[in-house]
Amino acid sequence: MGKSRIKWHIIVFLAPAVLVYTAIMIIPLFNTLRLSLFTEVDQERIYVGLQNFRTLFGDERWSASFWNALGNNFWFFIIHMLVQNPIGILLAAILSHPSLRFSAFYRTAIFIPTILSFVIVGFAWKLILSPIWGIAPGMLDAVGLGSFYQPWLGLEETSLTTLALISVWQFVGIPMMLIYAALLTIPDEILEAGECDGVTGMAAFWKIKLPLILPSIGIISILTFVGNFNAFDLIYAAQGALAGPNFSTDILGTFMYRTFFGFQLQLGDPHMGSAIASAMFAIILIGVCIYLFGIQTRMRRYQF
Amino acid sequence: MNKARRNPVNMIAAHGILIAYTVIALFPVVVILINSFKSRRAIFRDPLALPDAESFSTVGYQTVFNQGDFFLYFQNSMIVTVASLFFVLLFGAMAAFALSEYRFRGNTLMGLYLALGIMIPIRIGTVAILELMVNTGLVNTLWALILVYTAQGLPLAVFILSEFMRGVSDDLKNAGRIDGLSEYTIFFRLVLPLVRPAMATVAVFNMIPIWNDLWFPLILAPAEATKTLTLGSQVFIGQFVTDWNAVLSALSMAILPVMVLYVIFSRQLIRGITSGAVK
Repeated sequence: MGKSRIKWHIIVFLAPAVLVYTAIMIIPLFNTLRLSLFTEVDQERIYVGLQNFRTLFGDERWSASFWNALGNNFWFFIIHMLVQNPIGILLAAILSHPSLRFSAFYRTAIFIPTILSFVIVGFAWKLILSPIWGIAPGMLDAVGLGSFYQPWLGLEETSLTTLALISVWQFVGIPMMLIYAALLTIPDEILEAGECDGVTGMAAFWKIKLPLILPSIGIISILTFVGNFNAFDLIYAAQGALAGPNFSTDILGTFMYRTFFGFQLQLGDPHMGSAIASAMFAIILIGVCIYLFGIQTRMRRYQF
Repeated sequence: MNKARRNPVNMIAAHGILIAYTVIALFPVVVILINSFKSRRAIFRDPLALPDAESFSTVGYQTVFNQGDFFLYFQNSMIVTVASLFFVLLFGAMAAFALSEYRFRGNTLMGLYLALGIMIPIRIGTVAILELMVNTGLVNTLWALILVYTAQGLPLAVFILSEFMRGVSDDLKNAGRIDGLSEYTIFFRLVLPLVRPAMATVAVFNMIPIWNDLWFPLILAPAEATKTLTLGSQVFIGQFVTDWNAVLSALSMAILPVMVLYVIFSRQLIRGITSGAVK
């Protein structure tokens, strides 16, 4: 130890991972940030400073699309937080009940949508909700709610919420599993001590278990945040790159795709695309920082 | 155990909620599968009925086999997924071993550097990745996808595997060193077999997102020869929108491989998630 010669084996062990990771992930990430400061004039790349961002936030045509996509993205995230995570916690709380039978079966079955690709999920729900096929209206008719039916995916007011709920349907398995795992680590003694003090049933959940699984809920929230703010596939599979009807389901991922890759009559613009990617990067970074420094460090963790 | 915990009414309510949610989770999949085996008329007449002798039809599957190159798509997905997993596991384990086994200057910094990618999605860098692949001539090759997925999977793999490798006994490795084994032999012959369960967890975590990804195949390898199953079914369904038999059959064929993988690996996956590998 302490010899000055280079330990080649350490380099050999580290090199492949570091090279691939640096070349394919880190350098392109910074290159994308850098590209957002350039533009193309007569097939030549010229430096324009923050001009692209000025266009993105200042030019009426761009800023309207950007704020629309960002607002939709926040709504998409809020639906996940309000629907996906509570359902996940509820299912996990029921599943973790020690005397529940068939819990392995329920877990496996409820996780199935999570493994399906967005293409399958998007089209399957599109078919089911379609007025042509009539499964959704038929089923609503059967329970006397037929008049309630609307082609939810085709209406501007409802399509984004519908897609968010489809995404919730797909991913509810992840919070369920993580909370389930957290609930299993709570020692029986603590629950029994609560019972001695008369804290049982729902009260035990709210007063003992919920505070103990808060760190897991924090992790799920940040995973949901990062996942939602670079979502793309479901919207693309169900509504196409134009995120119809009338851009009402446009989120940052589809907006960036259209901008840098081009669609129909609009030519792709990698520099504006990079500007949008940089904005997404900033949003995700802010979210992660709020979580790491604002939430995670303040959360009380208990050691058993 | 007190009364509230095994109250039969509560138990029935618990099963009721779980069964209701299981039905919600499985209903769309079942509807797609049963209707893919029905004739066009039967699909519309009674969408919820099982196919019977009269309504049974495989016309959708025939269209899929005649029109789409699903075997090629399947093969591409298979090559991309297996190769990416191989590189993620090999490179990830090697880096994890270096970080957990040796003390050297910059160790912690290197660990943090590699962990950055856990939280930052690789999609943010897509514009520059596409440019890189165009410049290196890798666009529309499976290598482009394999490289991207390897880079995407490495951060979490290094993180999980190095946690695990810290638990491998030092005595074992030192015994190997006294016997004159090289560091490489120690890694491949002694350490790798011991961390196999963690490798399986990493593999299962990476497998499904790679198989299901639509973004990178769409951007980096949209050519007919390199389409993955996910992109291939997306394009196929887009073209055959009005041919319901074909769409339903294509969806069923896309569901099948993931379901098979899930049935094989579900215990590993669920154990991986619940053992706290992603905390």
